[in-house]
Amino acid sequence: MSLELYITQQIINAISLGSLYALVAIGLSMIFGILRMTNFAHGDMMMVGGYTTLVLQTLGLDFGWAVIVGIALGGLAGVIVERVAYRPVRGAPEVTLLLTSLAVTYILENLGILIFTSSGRNFPLPDWMNSAFQLFDGQITFTQINLLTVGLTAVALGTLGWFVTRTDLGLGMRAAAEDMGAAHLVGLDVNRLIVAAFAIASAFAGLAGILWAAQAGVVEPTMGFTPLLKAFVGAIIGGFGSIAGALLGGYLLGALEVFIVAFLPSEVSPYRDAIVFTLLIAFLLFRPNGVLKRVQEVKL
Amino acid sequence: MSRKQSFLIVAAGLALPALFSIWAPALMNDYFVRVLTVMCINALLVISLGLANGFTGVFSLGHVGFVAVGAYVSGVLSLTDANKANYLPDLPAWIAAIHLEFLPSTLVAGVVCVVLAFLVGAPLMRLSGHFVSVATLGFLIIVNVVLVNSDTYTRGARTFTGVPLQTTLPWAMGWLLLGLVVLARIIYSPKGRAWRAVREDTIAAQAVGIAVLPTRLSAFVIGSFFAGVGGSLYGHYIGSFSPASFYFAYTFSLISMLVIGGMRSLTGAVVGVVVVSLLSELLRNLERGFDIGIVSVPPLYGSSQIVLGVIFILIMIFRPSGVMGDLELSLGRIAALIHRGGKETKT
Amino acid sequence: MPERAPDAPGAVVGKLPAEPLLEVSDLRVNYGAVAAVRGVYLSVAAGEVVALLGANGAGKSTLLRTVSGLTRPRAGRILLDGHAIHRLPPARIVRLGVAHCPEGRRVFGTLTVAENLRLGAAARADRAGVAADRDRIYAMFPVLGERMTQPAGTLSGGEQQMLALGRALMARPRVLLLDEPSLGLAPLLVRQIFRTLAELKADGVTMLLVEQNINLALDLADRAYVLRTGEVSLAGSAADLKADYEAVAAAYLGARP
Repeated sequence: MSLELYITQQIINAISLGSLYALVAIGLSMIFGILRMTNFAHGDMMMVGGYTTLVLQTLGLDFGWAVIVGIALGGLAGVIVERVAYRPVRGAPEVTLLLTSLAVTYILENLGILIFTSSGRNFPLPDWMNSAFQLFDGQITFTQINLLTVGLTAVALGTLGWFVTRTDLGLGMRAAAEDMGAAHLVGLDVNRLIVAAFAIASAFAGLAGILWAAQAGVVEPTMGFTPLLKAFVGAIIGGFGSIAGALLGGYLLGALEVFIVAFLPSEVSPYRDAIVFTLLIAFLLFRPNGVLKRVQEVKL
Repeated sequence: MSRKQSFLIVAAGLALPALFSIWAPALMNDYFVRVLTVMCINALLVISLGLANGFTGVFSLGHVGFVAVGAYVSGVLSLTDANKANYLPDLPAWIAAIHLEFLPSTLVAGVVCVVLAFLVGAPLMRLSGHFVSVATLGFLIIVNVVLVNSDTYTRGARTFTGVPLQTTLPWAMGWLLLGLVVLARIIYSPKGRAWRAVREDTIAAQAVGIAVLPTRLSAFVIGSFFAGVGGSLYGHYIGSFSPASFYFAYTFSLISMLVIGGMRSLTGAVVGVVVVSLLSELLRNLERGFDIGIVSVPPLYGSSQIVLGVIFILIMIFRPSGVMGDLELSLGRIAALIHRGGKETKT
Repeated sequence: MPERAPDAPGAVVGKLPAEPLLEVSDLRVNYGAVAAVRGVYLSVAAGEVVALLGANGAGKSTLLRTVSGLTRPRAGRILLDGHAIHRLPPARIVRLGVAHCPEGRRVFGTLTVAENLRLGAAARADRAGVAADRDRIYAMFPVLGERMTQPAGTLSGGEQQMLALGRALMARPRVLLLDEPSLGLAPLLVRQIFRTLAELKADGVTMLLVEQNINLALDLADRAYVLRTGEVSLAGSAADLKADYEAVAAAYLGARP
């Protein structure tokens, strides 16, 4: 296979993986931007989305509807978690919020194990999803799942962009993320904004979970753990707290991971995750505000 | 109270548990001895975890990474030659030639962790707040990946087995007592007060000239020494383990013990270990299903973890300083209570 | 002659209206362990401009923040038109008609001028009124109209102050709280800001103004209070206070005249 074709295939893979990381990273950044907390339980919204879609399909619901409900339930799960576990400790020191989110993820993952057992369940896909486009004599494969991933991500991002720039709620969220005190002063209903942020962020994570399950073929209770951490790295690289940064960082990370496996010697591949987290530490130390230059800085 | 009196009280406070641990196997059955041993190991890990956080405000999520390093380093060094040949055939000759007894291998594990902690801590302790926590979590993951991929030294993801079962209750108790004494001396010394100032208000502390970075680094390094020791104790207690034994589940277990018992005192850490261990045991028994009168509750595996998590969150909401709060049950205070009690009965 | 601060509430100070629009009674506010406001009585009548003077740390900003709901008082009451507001969340207080133009301006730097103004009306539901007010503010501050689509962070200090003021006015407040509008601005800009405030006063806007620049404050205000270490140490009509400089200085610093 020629180099260009190989690279093209890897670009397709990178975009597919990067979309997932971007979706999760955007949610993480939104929540950090408005609440200054790192929500470790964010990854479990992926699990909620994945399992919901799985269960609904086994109950006979159409794939399309199952996906929509899965996304919605992911969003709802995030709203519930915020109301029950995070709102009571709002205003507490950062460490308390972080620990609370650790406890939430612990509970949710064990809940998943309790209900679905710890082994994975096959994620059913409708027949038309199991085909692929073969280009250049079959040297490049562009699967329906790739298409679904890219398509749904684009729709999600477009919707978010419209929401954030054109609606009052979106404007309020941007204001609160920049200066919460001033947001109170102009009379914004901050609780509503936070709930909205969690709903959107968790819905995105739910979508990411569904797409992840589609790509991997299985759903299991701990599926969100590693993607969450990776998305976190992506968000930091792009600039934590900024949606644009998370978007960029998610795709950069996807590209990086694919690059490591595809172009570096095979002895290095198993150390892919170690490399990613070393990169995280490097960014935290030397470029905590990410690759983008931002108007306001995250205090480190 | 005179110096001699306080010295005697401390000595008694240490000697009693030590003697108890030696006689325990004769006094109680094997199951309880094992439970106590695990509790001592966990207590050592929890107080060393709490050191960096409680006294400098840095919450390290990578503590268990050092525990893993301690377990593997001491494990490799104490395997018998036969086991080494069996399980780690490709081990470099110079390592294979080393065979250490329990105490030396534990000490080496501790020292290796100290060196590692310096390397990792020097850059990381500059970060603040929860970014340190995230960075140390990254460290945990890196350790995990490296262990899984270093087949020649660790058998990779497969079970590492054959470690001699040398951790008895006296050893575990002994190390715990040593850890308590060392940490108590540090925390309640003038230097320790400086450290606590760093936690309360970093900026104010810097203003009075307390250097933040060396303080945090010292706490991190000392904590990691005992983490390595604890790892060795754990490895020699359980005999076989894998990288997965030292990952997120164990991390959350230790954190919950620290948080529930109280992050601000040594007593809190120990209390937390006891409470969480007992609670886990009790809940695990209930997991298998039980009957209340005519109602029969089916087995719910994993529910004990969920209950633990819920308790954790309730503590965060209603009593973030844990069961012990800010209280410290020092030997001095116990002695004073006894002293006062004795006086009252006399009159 | 300006009178010394009354020891008992309800004492007549200068010219007092029968029913004040904003009334603060025995307010006590803590900042952590420190008592920042220790039993303050003050009132503002509709259409009045009342100045709040005092040295740094006297509790002026804390008082304003408590009125707008950012801080909870330990004790005491704040009444807006007879309605108790001291336990309400900030958003509710804004909806009831209190707008706070904070110290340091605090505009949303990454958002445009137009978006900042829109946010000022976040608590309002009447679209037509909002649009009309927006046009009025652009008329009052033409420079904001020129920079409508620029991020607020790119504006100069004086322009940001105008934006902050405009944003507060977008709430069509019954009471406008102003915290140090002259802070960090060149004298020319400060005079411009105060000219605008005078226009607003002529329009009938009620204001409670915290200000370090005593002369400008007393020129604008009808009445004034001097705070020292959390208590009112002097109160009276602005004219009286202007005439007795020594009494004001004493009230600031605490020396017995």
